[in-house]
Amino acid sequence: MNNKKGHIGRNIYLVFVFLVLYLPIFYLIFYSFNSSGGMNHFSHFTWNNYKEIWADQRLILITVQTFFLAFLSSLLATIIGTSGALGIYSVKNRQIRTLILGLNNILLVSPDVIIGSSFLIFFTVLGINLGFTSVLLSHIAFSIPIVVLMVLPKLQEMNSSFINAAQDLGANQWEILKGVILPTITPGIIAGYFMAFTYSLDDFAVTFFVTGNGFETLSVEIYSRARQGISLEINALSALMFLFSLVLVIGYYFISRDSPKTNRREKKMHQDLIR
Amino acid sequence: MKTRGLYFSSYVLWLIFFVLAPVALILYQSFIGINGHFTIDNYENFFKVSAYLQMTFNSVLYAALITLITLLVSYPTAYFLTKTKYKQLWLMLVILPTWINILLKAYAFIGIFSQSGPANNFLEWIGLGSHQLLFTNASFMLVAAYIQLPFMILPIFNAIDDLDESLINVSHDLGANGFQTFWNVTFPLTLNGIKSGVQVVFIPSLSLFMLTRLIGGNKVITLGTAIEENFLVTQDWGMGSTIGVILIVTMILIMFLTGEKKRRRR
Repeated sequence: MNNKKGHIGRNIYLVFVFLVLYLPIFYLIFYSFNSSGGMNHFSHFTWNNYKEIWADQRLILITVQTFFLAFLSSLLATIIGTSGALGIYSVKNRQIRTLILGLNNILLVSPDVIIGSSFLIFFTVLGINLGFTSVLLSHIAFSIPIVVLMVLPKLQEMNSSFINAAQDLGANQWEILKGVILPTITPGIIAGYFMAFTYSLDDFAVTFFVTGNGFETLSVEIYSRARQGISLEINALSALMFLFSLVLVIGYYFISRDSPKTNRREKKMHQDLIR
Repeated sequence: MKTRGLYFSSYVLWLIFFVLAPVALILYQSFIGINGHFTIDNYENFFKVSAYLQMTFNSVLYAALITLITLLVSYPTAYFLTKTKYKQLWLMLVILPTWINILLKAYAFIGIFSQSGPANNFLEWIGLGSHQLLFTNASFMLVAAYIQLPFMILPIFNAIDDLDESLINVSHDLGANGFQTFWNVTFPLTLNGIKSGVQVVFIPSLSLFMLTRLIGGNKVITLGTAIEENFLVTQDWGMGSTIGVILIVTMILIMFLTGEKKRRRR
């Protein structure tokens, strides 16, 4: 009896927490279908706010820019991060390895304002114009460490006797890399690309610091519109972005459930990562 | 390993240019005064002007409160979640909101906390009357806690989930009641989860400048807002960097306090 009561209390609490987590999001989406201008009174259903997005050339351009930036920066970050992971894996000295990993994690734990402001100083010192280039370089830079952390465990899990066997069979370095190492670590690389992609899409603070007047991402645009008050176009936009995140999460879920054995490790690593 | 150099060069360049150089530059810049000369004026200002110290103290206090609120909500949530069927699915649903842009979540609260928004409607409905909710420090803290909630639940969930069930059973068999078991077994063994949760919530809470701008009104109430103000509004990069260095020091202190001794082993 007592146990049963406990269950009910437990479920009520969980329902409450999930309501808190999701109500603000659904509140936004709900009012995206509102025909009057605010988020307080729902007059009647309309698609107009979505049509407005479609007609808003500037917003569409910014969306395209944001996605282009995310694709490009995560691709380059994945290449550099994977090479980094391969490099770290080949370092046999334990202390040097710990040192490199420590340096690797600096950008992961640094607050966004610190990354943003120090990159701003850096670009100014180098004389790099603020705009697409500086934003792209920043996004690559802050995405690299997460790629390393996604790829490195796959390398460590790899059975080294495969490499020895390949060597014995006369494979050269490049063939070993292409034929043995890369296929084994591909799930890690894909997961790293995914994370880098979402990091880039989600970033506001760093971009805000290093972007000039010429280049804007969705986050920066939403910020400047939100500072002016409520416009239901943003609501419609957030509904679309919510759907998109849903697709991303489901995609990521299917990639990461490849092998049940690695899931546990990944979970552990996620924990290490946010420490 | 001849190819090592090849793999490594781009990564090492990144380490030098985007990790080491920016840290060095922000440290250097913090010693540059408004007139462009090398000086310790910025630090002197920071420790002499009471407004800076007050702001730093408040920022740490707000971050501590935000962390406390999220911790109090998260621990039971994580604990109950581990007891549910399909717990991995529920955990996914906890994490899902973190994939939604933080600015959209902040924007939602501009509507929720507005004069005739749902929060005020609720307050009127329970007879407390409507209040100015937006642009107050309390609303800033609530929204920050809302945004950070999943980041606190996740590590605690993992810690509880990794807990060896037999320890709980042993404790019960030895005659401990539910509370004793929780306090002497479950809680100490999940402390590491709490520590990492505190770390991932506390540090960003010091620096969320967009939230203080959008929800907390245009006041400078956190270290992050002060840095943004100095860099992008008043263009005093020296002072901004000094506050940045203070923020880094605070961050290192927190990581030191919440770090695990155990980790050395690896």
